[in-house]
Amino acid sequence: MDPAPLRADLVIEYPFTRTTGPVVGAFMTGLRDGRIVGSRRADGRVFVPPAEVDPETGDAITDIVEVASTGVVETWTWVDPPRPGSPWAQPHGLALIRLDGADTPMLHGVLVDSAADMATGLRVEAVWRDERVGHITDLVGFAPETADGAAGEAAAAEEPVSGEPVRSIRTPIRLEYDFIPSAAAQEYLHAYAEKRILGNRSPVDGAVFVPPRGVDPRHGVEATEMVDLAHTGHVGNFCVTHLPIPGRSDLPTPYVSAWIHLDGADIGFLGLVSGCDLDEVRIGMRVRAVWKPDDELGATAENVRYWEPTGEPDVPVDRAGNRAWQGEDGDHA
Amino acid sequence: MREVAIVSSAIHQVEALTFTTDVQLMVPLINEARDAVGLTQADIGFTCSGSSDFLAGQGFSFVQTLDAVGAFPPIAESHVEMDGAFALYEAWVKLQIGEIDTALVYSYGKSSPGSRRDVLAVQLDPYAVAPLWPDAHAVAALQARLLLESGAVTAEDLAAIAVRSQRNAVGNPNALRASADVTVDDVLAGGVVADPLRAADLAAEADGGCAVVLAAGDRARELCERPAWIRGIDHRIDAHGLGVRDLTRAPSAALAAGKAAERAGFAANDVDVAELHAASTAQAHVLATEMGLGGTGGSVRIDPSGGSLAADTLMAAGLVRIAEAARRVSGGEAHRALAHASSGPCLQQNLVCLLEGE
Repeated sequence: MDPAPLRADLVIEYPFTRTTGPVVGAFMTGLRDGRIVGSRRADGRVFVPPAEVDPETGDAITDIVEVASTGVVETWTWVDPPRPGSPWAQPHGLALIRLDGADTPMLHGVLVDSAADMATGLRVEAVWRDERVGHITDLVGFAPETADGAAGEAAAAEEPVSGEPVRSIRTPIRLEYDFIPSAAAQEYLHAYAEKRILGNRSPVDGAVFVPPRGVDPRHGVEATEMVDLAHTGHVGNFCVTHLPIPGRSDLPTPYVSAWIHLDGADIGFLGLVSGCDLDEVRIGMRVRAVWKPDDELGATAENVRYWEPTGEPDVPVDRAGNRAWQGEDGDHA
Repeated sequence: MREVAIVSSAIHQVEALTFTTDVQLMVPLINEARDAVGLTQADIGFTCSGSSDFLAGQGFSFVQTLDAVGAFPPIAESHVEMDGAFALYEAWVKLQIGEIDTALVYSYGKSSPGSRRDVLAVQLDPYAVAPLWPDAHAVAALQARLLLESGAVTAEDLAAIAVRSQRNAVGNPNALRASADVTVDDVLAGGVVADPLRAADLAAEADGGCAVVLAAGDRARELCERPAWIRGIDHRIDAHGLGVRDLTRAPSAALAAGKAAERAGFAANDVDVAELHAASTAQAHVLATEMGLGGTGGSVRIDPSGGSLAADTLMAAGLVRIAEAARRVSGGEAHRALAHASSGPCLQQNLVCLLEGE
């Protein structure tokens, strides 16, 4: 590949707000109030964090009990460097910690300087955040127990408990990817910089697919032949959008997105239609590419600002749209 | 129970598929598996795939990958957001119904564009665990330390498992970690990645995919000289939470092996070879113990391909285990084989597939 490979940061974010229900909600409410609670099943076994259902029987567990905020490390590892998205900025221990009064261990960080300070059996106590909202990160982590550990716990418990129970929590997820387009997509994008639009021709039946993906999707075979496509085509289908897309201030509403069927291509691809009244856009309307000025061209499909009417006679509606997928009446079926 | 066999397979695993899409990865693999038995997509009764959108960073990414199948005219098809081994289980069930005689199963994972060890944190409890972003290496380390401190194994035992994998992997073109002369001392000299685990204790991360063709009864005998018959297959699940189960055990692996053995009519350890899907040497030990495979000195040859430790492709490593085990049977090297696949954190879910030659 001659030009430098294209790449882009791809960031996926899921801004989840999760309802907690009464059992997990009690745990989160407890954290907000500086206490740790678990759920106790009939035989007295206490789960921390509280289990909503008995993992062995599937029975609901609703008995909420408070446990100590001190406990013992049952197993541990050392995390260095700290992971992106985690609440810790420094290398830290990560452990399953069984709190006093609990029968199951919970996962959390251990705040010590090095792995040498970690040990199975280490006694630890909770380190609380000053501002607490009802979230697992209300605990900064756990630190080796000090003599006044129990006193600190008592102090927290004596604070007046106020406010409504926690009913939901925010658990945003952010994942980052280094997105590198396929070789076919790289060639396609670089061609845009030369005001060319490329497609892939099927080695089986000659159908042309745009954008080129390196395969003929109908036959499941590799497609390597690139073809230059015309900058004219027709509208196969369209949609008038009146609601703005968050983050797309460059796209004033209302706008028309359409499947553009280029002359010589057998499937459509997405584009904006402009240069006419919204009411004039119709299936079969002939359009041509309106390119950015030459000095603004880059390796991007955004080089085509939009598609405008050519004024030519329409493609009849029954001939408009995809040709590659029309079945027995299509040119390539 | 209807006789169903694996009649062909194709595997490709590499460190990173930088310029290759999932579709481009799967086109040659699916064609290779179908061509090996002279089938076209029109001859396939049911197609089932496994993959994860979190690896692609794109919702419903598996729909695009159907382009690799040639899904026109429309085909009968399904997908699981799991390893392809579980897609194979679905296809096996479909074949049991008796309306079709052939099935195509494929799965793939390209985790290299993201941080795989961190992406895996999102499979954990979203309330009290995932917000802390424990990465997959750390979670594997918590499990390994419990096993070590229980006295069940030593660091040397785990290193011996790594050595077994790397030595067996010699000659496997899909293995990322292979060495004919690696020793336990070499492994123990390696730096600790996630205390107490060393790099060689953790499965080698690979991009890749796998395709398998299944056929029933005489159709399988027509297509393949020596089909690898699925005599028993079973999938069992333990509790999800890390704190509510004994991480030194995998009861669902023992149960799945027992149930598969009931169907097969022979014990899960009455096999010549076993392919294990483990994220760490510690998990490989737990699995061998639960399924009675006898460890490094036993009569069952464990991980003749190197196992998932040598090349671990998320969403495909389990299906690769089944394909590798089937190749041993079809090639005549083994009469019986066990293939194992897992899903979820710390061996939460386990599938056991028992194969036998004619």
